[in-house]
Amino acid sequence: MSTLWLWASDACLLIGSFLLLTGALGFLRFPDFYARIHACGVTETLATGFVLLGLLLRSDDAMPQVKLVLILLFVLFSSPTASHALAKAAWNAGVRPRDNSGKRRVSLPHTDP
Amino acid sequence: MRYSLAMAGFLAIFWLANSGHYSGLLLGLGALSVLVVSWISHRMDVVDHESIPLHLLFKLPRYLLWLVGQIFLSNLDLVRRVWRPGTPIDPVVARVPLPQDSDVCRVVYANSINLTPGTLTIDMEQDSLLIHTLSREGMDALQEGEMARRVTALEQ
Repeated sequence: MSTLWLWASDACLLIGSFLLLTGALGFLRFPDFYARIHACGVTETLATGFVLLGLLLRSDDAMPQVKLVLILLFVLFSSPTASHALAKAAWNAGVRPRDNSGKRRVSLPHTDP
Repeated sequence: MRYSLAMAGFLAIFWLANSGHYSGLLLGLGALSVLVVSWISHRMDVVDHESIPLHLLFKLPRYLLWLVGQIFLSNLDLVRRVWRPGTPIDPVVARVPLPQDSDVCRVVYANSINLTPGTLTIDMEQDSLLIHTLSREGMDALQEGEMARRVTALEQ
């Protein structure tokens, strides 16, 4: 394990942590339910990717590396499905998006009630 | 038969990659579990072109590379929006056409939209998707349809 790989791993972990922080901040700052799902999208795609890549560069055995790649694959398969399920449930329950001021309703396609 | 063999192959590779123990007894048990799982899936009649999309195998890597690039770009855009004062977002909800015929490609398309932060699939209908985006540009890009074209190209 050379120092170069450790530096690369540190950089990946730092970027991943920054992206996780960004996701959390977006979750707090965005005005409504749907916009907050977008903020979580940052944590579940690129942040997860960078954190797992950082861990991958840190391990020097093939077995944990294979498992980290599998974790990334499963997260990338399941997280969009989960956010779709949340959004659809909210939409069917009558939650409608709001704009940045948090008050005015966003215009919807006219076929919807 | 082709799909059953492919699935047994994938299962064997998966077992070998995850086990890390290669003594005779454990390899035998691994082979046995691959056989049992293959037999059960065959009896359940779930092994077909939909659960084992072999026809996508060689086209998928190129699409995935492009998708990773898109994920990077949309993440950067969202990071900028989060940290800027006043969180400059302008949500749009609209319908986007869903040109794919096969279920696999429809799911690939809807999941790709969800994987790029800033666009979210709310609902799926026969020939359209209900999409929420954080910005007008995000919706324009989807309606322009490059992602849809690339997913449709997987089908052919």
